[in-house]
Amino acid sequence: MTADSNTINIAIQHRLNNSRAQTFCLDVNLQLPGKGITAIFGESGSGKTTLLRCLAGLEKMLNGEIHVKGLVWQSGLEIKPVHERRVGYVFQESSLFSHLNVEQNIGYGVKRSPVMLSKPNYEKIIELMGLYSLLERFPEKLSGGERQRVAIARALLIEPDILLMDEPLASLDGRRKQEIMPYLESMHEKLDVPIIYVTHSIDEVARLADHLVVLQEGTVMAEGPLGEVLANTDLPIKLGEDTGVVFEATVAERDDDWNLLRAEFLGGELWVRDGGDSLDQSIRIRVLARDVSLALNAHTDTSIINRLRGRIEKIHEDEDRAMLLVRLVVGEVKLLARVSRRSAHQLAIKIGDEVWAQIKGVAILR
Amino acid sequence: MFSEGDVTAIFLTLRLATTVTLILLVLGAPLAWWLARTNSRLKGPIGAFVALPLVLPPTVLGFYLLLTLGPNGPIGQVTQSLGLGTLAFSYSGLVIGSVLYSLPFVVQPLQNSFEAIGDRPLEVAATLGASPIDRYFSIAIPMAKPGFFTAAVLGFAHTVGEFGVVLMIGGNIPGETRVISVQIYDHVEALAYDEANRLALLMIVFSFLVLLSVYGLRKKSQRQILRFGS
Repeated sequence: MTADSNTINIAIQHRLNNSRAQTFCLDVNLQLPGKGITAIFGESGSGKTTLLRCLAGLEKMLNGEIHVKGLVWQSGLEIKPVHERRVGYVFQESSLFSHLNVEQNIGYGVKRSPVMLSKPNYEKIIELMGLYSLLERFPEKLSGGERQRVAIARALLIEPDILLMDEPLASLDGRRKQEIMPYLESMHEKLDVPIIYVTHSIDEVARLADHLVVLQEGTVMAEGPLGEVLANTDLPIKLGEDTGVVFEATVAERDDDWNLLRAEFLGGELWVRDGGDSLDQSIRIRVLARDVSLALNAHTDTSIINRLRGRIEKIHEDEDRAMLLVRLVVGEVKLLARVSRRSAHQLAIKIGDEVWAQIKGVAILR
Repeated sequence: MFSEGDVTAIFLTLRLATTVTLILLVLGAPLAWWLARTNSRLKGPIGAFVALPLVLPPTVLGFYLLLTLGPNGPIGQVTQSLGLGTLAFSYSGLVIGSVLYSLPFVVQPLQNSFEAIGDRPLEVAATLGASPIDRYFSIAIPMAKPGFFTAAVLGFAHTVGEFGVVLMIGGNIPGETRVISVQIYDHVEALAYDEANRLALLMIVFSFLVLLSVYGLRKKSQRQILRFGS
């Protein structure tokens, strides 16, 4: 395994006895990018948390390789102990130290840092997580969302080589999740540290991830850039109503009369609701398969604004027996459309055909 | 109110209890920590050994201590060869006996407190760069504060209340091993019931205040235990 200074290499074969007295085997061999957010997605019990804990060194693996941006955290039997790794870990339940206040909590790692940390960085992260007004408080007096923000700041302040987040939003209710999302998104924008984000929510994956690893029963089912993996119709994990693609586009035009934006990508454009983004800004767009229908000819006598011409690349069975999943290539973007088998038969569509994709709903993620 | 003999006994008792409690806290905490966290096969036997004084008649413990510390016992022979005489019938011997006899009263509350912390805070501390010893001092001990309080109070009170071990190994020497419990015994033997009564009442008031502090504060420490999860 090459120790590349800009990737995270993980090779683990770990047998674990879980609480149901079954043996569970985690078997992964991954090369992840050394920057951006890599999401690890899977159902409960798929091994995502175990993978993260092995990465951090919280699980003793007998044999494995973990190389983080050129640093060897484990090589075979040589294991670097947890407290010597510069790893930031955010747990599902914030796990703040109850006997310390916020300022002392976030300072805990800073005090023990082997290198001098920068003061401006300290200020920047406190600001990023909005903690100025909370510094004197104790954890029991904080809301769930506030606790998670403190936990995230605490992990970031040690300037870790990698930030590991284990379903950080899972213990929060809907409102708190919405509260924290912007913080996570701006973290992604403003910080350099590579993040590995474990979740079972495809929404969080769509909003935050650049790279996606799909885990099932301890094995990697799919891995790659987000857009590619989501457009993969072969995913053994069924996403149901959440099946859809995610891609980036640039704001090319604003139409103030109709409150719309035109977002361009290589191969097409989409009109979306004006959410306040400025020109030339990059936005992330999500199109669900259920919002895409197919037509052989262009229809202008419809309320559907967006129409893209694409070529059918793949037709796949859907989990719903009445439907099919069709993948189209539109320039550099792939779309998934869920159509009924009957319609597909009537339209006589096949691989290679050029068709029109009518897109009823487009979600701007950020 | 109290005779000179009584006052001597009171101060001796306090001195003994304080010394024993401090020794037990310093030595007992690492032991309790080990018991709380280990998966070794020794956990059972050592835990049972620590708990022995809970069920053994004090005279049994006192008897074996007497044998061990006495002139013919293994430790007695060592101390004699060092020119220290024997520890039996001395204040130091009493301290040793009391440490052993009050051991579970200090170790068990500490062990419970350490167990209540769970793994998570320690894992967090490790990811933040704290070595195992650092984690013990910066996380485990502060979070186990309720346990330390209970352990100190119970250890102290239990030592104050000893009789059987004291009698066996102490030898009832005024100013050295004649503690309050023995003093009361002496008064009764001498039919000096008034004097006995005064000391006994003092003991009751003391014991009640001790229990009140532990039980009264229990609600607070339970709240603290609930905080460990946040």
